[in-house]
Amino acid sequence: MPWLSILMGVSVLGALGVAFVKDDRLAKQATLAVSLVVLALTVVMTVQFSPNGDRFQFVETYDWIPAFGVHYGVAVDGVALVLILLSAVLVPIVVLASWHDAEAGKRSVRTYFSLLLVLEAMMIGVFAATDIFLFYVFFEAMLIPMYFMIGSYGGAQRSYAAVKFLLYSLFGGLLMLVAVIALYVIAGKGTFMFPELIGAIKDPTTQKWLFLGFFIAFAIKAPLWPFHTWLPDAAAQAPAGAAVLLVGVLDKVGTYGMLRFCLELFPEASKWATPVVIALSVIGIVYGAIVAIGQTDIKRLIAYTSISHFGFIAMGVFAMTSNGASGATLYMVNHGFSTGALFLIAGFLIYRRGSHFIEDYGGVQKVAPVLAGAFLVAGLSGLSLPGLNSFVSEFMVLLGTYERYAVPAVIAATGVVLAALYILWMYQRTMNGPTAESVRSMPDLNIRERWVVAPLLVLIIVLGLFPKPLLDVINPSVKETLTNVSVTHPAPAVAKEGQ
Amino acid sequence: MNITAPTIEYLQLAPLLIVFGAAILGVLVEAFAPRYLRRAMHIPLTLLSLAGAFALVIVQTIKGVPTEPSAMGAVAVDGPTLFIWGIILVLAFVTLLLINDEDHFVPAASAVPGSAEEERALIEGNVHTEVYPLALFAIGGMLLFPASNDLLIMFVALEVMSLPLYLLCGLARRRRLLSQESAMKYFLLGAFSSAFFLYGTALLYGFAGSVDLAKIDTALGAVGGQDALLYTGAALLGVGLLFKIGAAPFQAWKPDVYQGAPTPVTALMASGTLVAAFGALLRVFWIALGNLDWDWSPIMWAVAILTMVVGAILAITQTDIKRMLAYSSIAHAGFLLVGVVAIGDAKQNSIALSSILFYLAVYGITSVGAFAVVTMVRDAGGEAWHLSRWAGLGKRSPKLAGVFAFFLLAFAGIPLTSGFFGKYAVFQAAIAGGALPLVVVGVVSSAIAAFFYVRVIVLMFFSDPAPDGPTVVLPSWGTAGVVGFAALATVVLGVFPQPVLDLAQSAAGSLFVR
Repeated sequence: MPWLSILMGVSVLGALGVAFVKDDRLAKQATLAVSLVVLALTVVMTVQFSPNGDRFQFVETYDWIPAFGVHYGVAVDGVALVLILLSAVLVPIVVLASWHDAEAGKRSVRTYFSLLLVLEAMMIGVFAATDIFLFYVFFEAMLIPMYFMIGSYGGAQRSYAAVKFLLYSLFGGLLMLVAVIALYVIAGKGTFMFPELIGAIKDPTTQKWLFLGFFIAFAIKAPLWPFHTWLPDAAAQAPAGAAVLLVGVLDKVGTYGMLRFCLELFPEASKWATPVVIALSVIGIVYGAIVAIGQTDIKRLIAYTSISHFGFIAMGVFAMTSNGASGATLYMVNHGFSTGALFLIAGFLIYRRGSHFIEDYGGVQKVAPVLAGAFLVAGLSGLSLPGLNSFVSEFMVLLGTYERYAVPAVIAATGVVLAALYILWMYQRTMNGPTAESVRSMPDLNIRERWVVAPLLVLIIVLGLFPKPLLDVINPSVKETLTNVSVTHPAPAVAKEGQ
Repeated sequence: MNITAPTIEYLQLAPLLIVFGAAILGVLVEAFAPRYLRRAMHIPLTLLSLAGAFALVIVQTIKGVPTEPSAMGAVAVDGPTLFIWGIILVLAFVTLLLINDEDHFVPAASAVPGSAEEERALIEGNVHTEVYPLALFAIGGMLLFPASNDLLIMFVALEVMSLPLYLLCGLARRRRLLSQESAMKYFLLGAFSSAFFLYGTALLYGFAGSVDLAKIDTALGAVGGQDALLYTGAALLGVGLLFKIGAAPFQAWKPDVYQGAPTPVTALMASGTLVAAFGALLRVFWIALGNLDWDWSPIMWAVAILTMVVGAILAITQTDIKRMLAYSSIAHAGFLLVGVVAIGDAKQNSIALSSILFYLAVYGITSVGAFAVVTMVRDAGGEAWHLSRWAGLGKRSPKLAGVFAFFLLAFAGIPLTSGFFGKYAVFQAAIAGGALPLVVVGVVSSAIAAFFYVRVIVLMFFSDPAPDGPTVVLPSWGTAGVVGFAALATVVLGVFPQPVLDLAQSAAGSLFVR
């Protein structure tokens, strides 16, 4: 079964269908139905994936543009699979959460939901692509639906935020384009297929340049400090649902790209760059956390916490230990759920009161206990409380990093403490204390909103207690990745010099 | 004295002859047919001649490409020429559908703007049906220009192409002073550049003793001690050609002319003229001066960098949609120049050539589409030229704004549009040809250029419409067809570029005949 093509096909056809539905309510229901079908299919596909089989499964390869050596090549390994699963889970939740988002600005409702499904197809495509050119196509093309979602449906500063988002990403993408072309030309294999290009670039200097082209694009996308400034703007201005997909999935393309492409295609250069990347990550972890503490806007605060989390993920990837890389992959999934939940609940809160600012709230817990409780669980996941999902991944990343780079790991661990500070302090200011006058009549979560939050909270708790099924899928692929990184260079540099 | 009759391969030259023949017939129609019949006669004559010429181009491509220059070595009908002819004829056909639309042209060109005569002509409903033969002559010139195998024919073609365009530029129905200014500017600057071209031709003749492109190339190796003639001649020739493509520092005419000219004529210039001029530029620099590439290459690098950067940066400051598209066209000329310097061995040359051909095809079509959209967004005083007037168009007419946004994304080179593959092809050829720094500059300019394309999208979709905003006219079938065709081509070539890439590759495979 061509599972991946079916997934994308269903999303794209759904998007086309929704775009032509005249009735807004029907459009929403259709979108929800399509996204649930995609989720169901993804789950079926996941069940059929055999973790200890071939690295790439559900392989489809067709010639697309022979003149450029480009294929329509899709397949998944464990890492890609869990990220596709993450996307497929988040989309229906986001659809349900965005039920009234598009109406607020009196903009076309069906366009919004149609864009959402287009985005879903591209999110699946970008993780499934085994052809680097195809990956690039999705990488760039997925900016456009997100751009319209932020720009047309976002907050007051939306067009500024949308343009900043697009131009940052586009700039990184274009640098990557140069590297993609150069990779093709220098490798001289006449193909863009990723498996054939592993180990194709031998010369260390060339590797370094190409690595930079890819890495900067991914670092902007992820985003790592100091390329992060677009994220708080974009995430704060985007409608809550789009913000979830932006931070939860789109940004993961950056860290996924580092793991999949930077490490495997340019192992030598990745090792060369590791100290710098680890340093940037650690700075990001601490900086993101400290700046988050100082935020007055709830959504910006969550965005800054994500910058801190992306530091952890990048650090785990570049630690190049199996704990680090597996932990980072698991972190990508967990972060999608916990930050997704935070953004959505914050969105519900903001929708009720009409204000982004923390100071406008207080004592919400007394009037809306379910909302406050859900917010607390999501927040505790964000600060990696043991027993909740993020703890496992954060622990693995720190452990994996400590094996190689003890000092950075220790500094990064302070991020955990800071996380407790920013989450709990925000919770305290908004949910505890005397009930503010303006929130006194605030309704609690309604049925729809409970349905949005419940699956995420369940996942947060379940994955905290039983991360094994996911790790079983992730570990073999990460092992292959790490083997590829060192296989091309079996001998450590010291041994070589000794000869 | 014995004079042998020249051999003319009529069949090979048939596309040219048909277009020129139809143009002359058009002049006769103007002279003899009654006024009310003229338009009805011009339309089928013009469109059928272009379609017929296109059919002949296809027949020739299928029958096999000639390997020798035709008409005693004056015209080279080779693979690249046939491909370029094909593009130009398609583009010309669709722009003629735009020209065909009513009220783009002035009722009486000789009447002073705002005068009583003009008023009377308007009321009488006069039309200048001369635009059809004029456009055909221009198109004929565009066909001959990139096919010329010697510099004199090239000069003649240049003039045949340019003179009708100068006239057409001055015929806009609205903002007539601007239109006349643009015609005047274009004429004066164009005349200068033609003079440069001619002077360069003369000097090269002095150097090589021939105006034949291949013979100049041979002379490069054979003649010594005439370097002054050679370099001055080559430089002057280059100025003439670079002017026509609007490369910096010879780009100043483009925004003014594009802005003032009637929009369908702008579309013709932005597509057809650019394609033709690039064909000619390639022929001169790759054949006649092919062995001089060590000397012209660095200069061309500089020109390409300057053109990309100037086009991309100056476009940001524009407030007139047509001026913005003009600067965008300058930037794209720069991207194409990146392909011109990507030379090497024969294989590399054919890769570079095919990438340029593909780029020209996709850029031309998207350009015509974009200008066609511009003609449809109207204010009380004609087209809504000021960018601020476009605010909120996405709400008022989402389909049109959506299509225009799509064209802009194609200009910006976003994947899944044809523009992306055009840019990709040229950049890939350039990297393979060792012009990596040029590609980096190109990529940075693309990012800058993306800013102003995106700005228009922001205006259309993310801003609220002005209460007295422009209206979108109900398009005629011609205009609707053009927009539809351009949008379809931009989508299809953005997803399945392979067929056109194949065509471009096989056209470029044999390179230019000598």
